[in-house]
Amino acid sequence: MADKITVGYTHLSGCTGCTVALADNYAGLLTLLDRYVDLKYMPTLADARHIQKVDVSFVEGSVCINDKLAVEEIKETREKSAVVVALGGCACYGNITRFGRGGQQNQPAHEAYLPIGDLIKVDVYIPGCAPSPQMIRNVAVMAYLLLKGTKEQKDLATAFLKPLMMAADKGTSACFCDLMTNVINQGLCIGCGSCSAVCPVRAITMEYGKPNGERDLCIKCGACYNQCPRSWFSFDVVSNYEAINEAIMAALQ
Amino acid sequence: MGAELGNYKSCVSARSTDKELLKHAQDGGIVSSLFAFALDEGIIDGAIVAANKEFYAKYPSKCMQDNSNFDMIEPWRPIPAIVTTKAELIAAAGTKYNISPNMNLLKEATRSFGLDKIGIVGTPCQMQAVRKAQLYPIGMRDVGASIALAVGIFCMENFPYQSIIQLVEDHAAMKMESVKKMEIGKGKFWVYGKRGQIVQLPLKVTHKYEQAGCHVCLDYVANLGDISTGSVGSPDGWSTVFVRSKIGDSVWGKAMAAGCFETQPIEKVKPGLELVTKLANEKISKNKKTLEERATFGVGKALRNPYI
Repeated sequence: MADKITVGYTHLSGCTGCTVALADNYAGLLTLLDRYVDLKYMPTLADARHIQKVDVSFVEGSVCINDKLAVEEIKETREKSAVVVALGGCACYGNITRFGRGGQQNQPAHEAYLPIGDLIKVDVYIPGCAPSPQMIRNVAVMAYLLLKGTKEQKDLATAFLKPLMMAADKGTSACFCDLMTNVINQGLCIGCGSCSAVCPVRAITMEYGKPNGERDLCIKCGACYNQCPRSWFSFDVVSNYEAINEAIMAALQ
Repeated sequence: MGAELGNYKSCVSARSTDKELLKHAQDGGIVSSLFAFALDEGIIDGAIVAANKEFYAKYPSKCMQDNSNFDMIEPWRPIPAIVTTKAELIAAAGTKYNISPNMNLLKEATRSFGLDKIGIVGTPCQMQAVRKAQLYPIGMRDVGASIALAVGIFCMENFPYQSIIQLVEDHAAMKMESVKKMEIGKGKFWVYGKRGQIVQLPLKVTHKYEQAGCHVCLDYVANLGDISTGSVGSPDGWSTVFVRSKIGDSVWGKAMAAGCFETQPIEKVKPGLELVTKLANEKISKNKKTLEERATFGVGKALRNPYI
């Protein structure tokens, strides 16, 4: 099909949880592949593994800079993709791989890991450890609309993806502390509890209406800050939640 | 302005026809009745509400399970809880006027509580959080489609728990445990004691105790709820109800057909939508000004604007 977008999936130092989250769209994933996406290469889910020229590449995992192949792969991914999406906490922010310090078998000298944004320009972030299947689905549908949709659909997709592009511009480190420095310290917290709901390691509890972080537990995935309604919020997009939800569901019918 | 009341399909002044629920309700018993009806009909199989100490004593397994020591919890401090029966709804009814992190339970509701169809009640900002979680479910796996009914409540501002202590104990000179009801209305903060005493505080006293985050909020009437409700605009004992989404329209229609509510046209009641519009505009203009002030807060330095 000519009007599919071509997609690749580069897998670096990540646990395959993001791959599983993508696959957990079940029939939705099959519909995506049937109608919208030509999956050119991907370890685990496709036969072809080598990086090719694509419209959009998803990257799971951080880059081990001691591993020549990983460094080459991330550079090649950038060179051959129009849009690079960092998928999951490790690719965006380093996440649990930030705590890597080498010594593991069978590559004890692999000790230094960086989020992909420290080596290449990244266009879109999908934070989360792992990002939810629905988040990956929503971004995939919006990426399709951005590249192949009508003028109206392109505008919608641009507005939808904008905060995720801004997140990619903002930087490559994340922590529970972002809630302190950028939300509470800025006088913006409303105590809704979104952050504590999404923390994958339950490092956050709500104490007297404000998040309290067990900082030793934080794995630096960035889910709490990005889920917070006061980190970034677009009235243009969120006020149309009903129509957007319906459009996404209709696209996958 | 024009957009201050959000999109809505219909608006009425309403009151629950359930006398028992009304006895425990803050105003017209809208939230409790809607959830009671939705539970009966299987529209939802549980609802996230703001409960309290007494609720926890009766139904400990229905409350949020984290590190909090609810045995030590203070009177009037909200505890997010899942209710599945009318008795539990009654035990949790009424406005607490301080922060209940209901979003905190949204994911857990689909996990250890095993709900597939969730009802949730919250302030306008919490409705924003619900919709952000549906569109950008970063860490909300399989949650978005489980939200079966989101009811928003009108909100001018909220208070941290410690502010409520300050207002009740220092300004109103009452013990927290002796308070029967709190209310904001007619330009005053009202504290009703269990022995029948009533203290009113002018709102200029309460302003400095408001939560800081409320001062950039641009939503008064919970524009993003499926249904939103609040006392403003309707006579005493009644509530103003906006029916907003397709889900809201369907649930409200069924609840009306089942006789859950008596209603009056909003155009016929006093003070009506005029007051709701006035207060919404007041809140939005005041907070837009705060956002402008934040942009030039320091010397060549701005405070962060969360809206893009």
